[in-house]
Amino acid sequence: MGIDLPLLWTFVLTFGLMMYVVMDGFDLGIGILFPFVRDRSERDTMVNTVAPVWDGNETWLVLGGAALLAAFPLTYSVLLSALYLPLVAMLAGLIWRGAAFEFRFKADEAHKPFWDKAFAWGSYIATFSQGIALGAYINGFEVRDGAYAGGLLDWLTPFGLFTGLGLLIAYALLGATWLVMKTEGPLQRRMRALARPVAIALLGAITIVSLWTPYAHAEVAARWFSLPNFIFFAPVPMLVLATTCTLLKTLGDDRDVAPFLLTLLLLFLGYTGLIISLWPNIIPPAVSIWDAAAPAQSMGFALAGALFIIPCTLAYTAWSYYVFRGKVRTGEGYH
Amino acid sequence: MFELTALDLARVQFGFTVSFHIIFPTITIGLASYLAVLEGLWLWKKDSVYRDLYLFWSQIFAVNFAMGVVSGLVMAYQFGTNWSYFSTFAGGITGPLLTYEVLTAFFLEAGFLGVMLFGWNKVGPSLHFFATVMVAIGTLISATWILASNSWMQTPQGFEIIDGRVVPVDWLKVIFNPSFPYRLAHTSIAAFLATALFVGAAGAWHLLRGRATPAVRAMLSMAMWMILIVAPIQIAVGDAHGLNTLEHQPAKIAAMEGHWRNEPGQGVPLILFGWPDMAAGTTRYVIEIPRLASLILTHDLDGQFPGLMDFPAQDRPNATIVFWSFRVMVGLGLLMLLLGFRGLWLRWRERLYDDRTFLRFTTMMGPSGTIAILAGWFTTEVGRQPWVIYGAMRTEHAVSNHSALALSATLLIFVVMYASVFGTGIGYMLKLVAKGPQEGLGVENMPNHGQPPHAARPLPADPDNIRPAIR
Ligand code: HDD
Ligand code: HEM
Ligand code: HEM
Repeated sequence: MGIDLPLLWTFVLTFGLMMYVVMDGFDLGIGILFPFVRDRSERDTMVNTVAPVWDGNETWLVLGGAALLAAFPLTYSVLLSALYLPLVAMLAGLIWRGAAFEFRFKADEAHKPFWDKAFAWGSYIATFSQGIALGAYINGFEVRDGAYAGGLLDWLTPFGLFTGLGLLIAYALLGATWLVMKTEGPLQRRMRALARPVAIALLGAITIVSLWTPYAHAEVAARWFSLPNFIFFAPVPMLVLATTCTLLKTLGDDRDVAPFLLTLLLLFLGYTGLIISLWPNIIPPAVSIWDAAAPAQSMGFALAGALFIIPCTLAYTAWSYYVFRGKVRTGEGYH
Repeated sequence: MFELTALDLARVQFGFTVSFHIIFPTITIGLASYLAVLEGLWLWKKDSVYRDLYLFWSQIFAVNFAMGVVSGLVMAYQFGTNWSYFSTFAGGITGPLLTYEVLTAFFLEAGFLGVMLFGWNKVGPSLHFFATVMVAIGTLISATWILASNSWMQTPQGFEIIDGRVVPVDWLKVIFNPSFPYRLAHTSIAAFLATALFVGAAGAWHLLRGRATPAVRAMLSMAMWMILIVAPIQIAVGDAHGLNTLEHQPAKIAAMEGHWRNEPGQGVPLILFGWPDMAAGTTRYVIEIPRLASLILTHDLDGQFPGLMDFPAQDRPNATIVFWSFRVMVGLGLLMLLLGFRGLWLRWRERLYDDRTFLRFTTMMGPSGTIAILAGWFTTEVGRQPWVIYGAMRTEHAVSNHSALALSATLLIFVVMYASVFGTGIGYMLKLVAKGPQEGLGVENMPNHGQPPHAARPLPADPDNIRPAIR
């Protein structure tokens, strides 16, 4: 019929995952930044900037899981059983953090510090586990007879631990620049100052991952360094560098919105690099998006809904962000 | 021998996490609709009692919703982590259904929740009402999709098995499978009932403590109307559900009734109590009413239906559990009916708010809806065994290849974490309930998140400013 359903679904999934990383990234980032902000009312302000939207942000993660099951059931099974322990850790982190969102306002005074800690720890654990999962994904999985054939701890590699750290840095930067955009006064100044070293660290992390991946995986290296691919891909590292420099400059220039947008661009560039490295495999190193695809009847049915409904979702999500636009002020109206 | 296999542990883990999860969605579904009704009444009648109640219950709703979301997140991933062969085999059907749930329900709930909880000073009253209604609709859409998926696993149709996996051939048949309408009706009504019992218990508890404010009275009164109307409907739907199950999953009905074998030419008695003994193949210590089961299930005093002995031993569900969980549900359902009628009687005698025995009974019935829901799901799910997709895939073939050690470790994590996080959360909910609705509480003073996240506009000094400007 000419419609390449697996390809279309890969677009939808890549888009959904990108949305997740960006949106839950900044609210996980807020938890990651908690240890750097001691003042309770400032912490309240930080949480209030995302309180009305965090649930929607996390829903992209649910969409990722569900759509993967719908379009690539084999991938869903293999990835989720291979990454069993990191995913349980991630879910545990998200539970502590999600509960703390509500509980830290409802608890007795004496318990509030506990839920603040839970919020920060939950954010760290969830992010770090996601990063480990990312590293394990790049490293690839052993598949035999349509099932995961590796061990329980295969994800535990130096590379995985490094990508875990890298994702912590990335989300911290998203969180900091989000707060630069959404707050003012001393908190905003603190975030501005914090964002600079974090941005430099992120540039370092991106560089290391970009060198480590082709170094460890010959097939990735082959994809990057063969002509004409190399010519097409060469601008990506340049753009990463240019974006980081502009980001640092706008942080210095007292701009409010630009740093956040530039961080988004930076992550987007890193993400494209990742896609280039893995394409067209959905279970690296050997299972392609066509091998893992669900029956056409399943993909088609779900795709019809996705293409029609996702734009509506984006519209009312945008409306919700619009309703809560503008700065959140510290201590204002707090009883 | 107390040796649990990896399969047992995976089942315990799934059963444990989903049982915790379902507690929150039922209250979310019920409260969301209740809040929509309250806000509608407030806009219409402009009686501040409804606004007070809205603000009161929306805080409890917020805590409950957060717990529903995070416990649901675990469920969405557990199909892959614990039941990977099931996912590879049936993902072509359960995946698209779950995807539609995310797209049409979860995003809708999440997108409008922010405005509903924090948007009071950001949008006008009708837009706010719209947000509440959207959240309420979202919760019901969510139930529809997930129950379509579960019902398809109970009574599968509309598919073929090609190359060792399920391929949908008729989506309408998949979604509108035989048990879906019954399960959707029975579970949605259960959610309304459980919420009404919870709300009613909160009202009764405050009345027992002498706080007969208009809001507390309204709360009890609304809950009692709901229970009165809905409890009988639920019993009728449950009966129809059972007849449908007899047609499609006869082994489950046999287990529910503790019915092993038919005597030639004789009707089947209704066993009120007893102890189905799986090893001996009989139900011990029975107290029974002759022929009643025949009458209920076949509408004929001499009618017969299959007993457990008609199924090979490896195809029988565990009748001991199913028999008792079914009786817990039905018993509680009958108590709810009684509560509804007692409420009507006292209302007529004008003693609804004063009869202490009744108020104590109502308070005690607070958790009964949730317990009945858990008992109902245990009946449904354990009664489906040993199949995960009835007649198409056995549970033992669905489970991932994890070791018992890995599963024990994660199970321990889940148990400890759920007990502490959700235990604390339920504690906070009850503490909020105990505070009671506050009279004339302006939105700007909501003890919720201290403040609507950002009050860009100056807050009105007069609490009544946020009253709708409709006249
Ligand atoms: C009868 C209704 C019902 C049933 C049987 C289930 N759920 Fe549920 N679920 C809901 C009704 C619901 C809800 C009302 O839509 C929730 C509860 C609170 C909430 O925020 O949404 C929810 C939340 C919720 C979420 C979080 C959504 C978000 O991010 O907003 C996920 C991922 C799931 N559920 C997944 C599941 C899975 C995989 C189930 C099957 C094992 C399941 N639910 C059973
Ligand atoms: C929300 C209320 C629910 C409750 C309380 C519940 C309860 C349970 C329990 C106790 C088990 C273990 C049964 C056993 O192993 O003997 C189970 C298994 C299972 N249920 Fe449910 N369930 C619910 C809803 C669902 C839904 C909506 C789905 C699917 C969409 C589902 C899918 C499964 C699966 C895949 C298993 C694992 C296989 C198995 O052990 O049967 N459940 N459930
Ligand atoms: C008193 C009369 C009742 C009868 C005759 C009845 C009947 C049934 C039957 C036969 C099932 C199993 C269906 C199947 O698995 O195929 C069931 C399941 C269930 N029941 Fe009931 N029920 C009653 C009351 C209640 C009450 C009061 C509640 C909760 C408030 C409730 C909640 C549930 C739930 C949540 C399920 C599992 C979902 C489903 O399969 O629909 N039931 N009921």
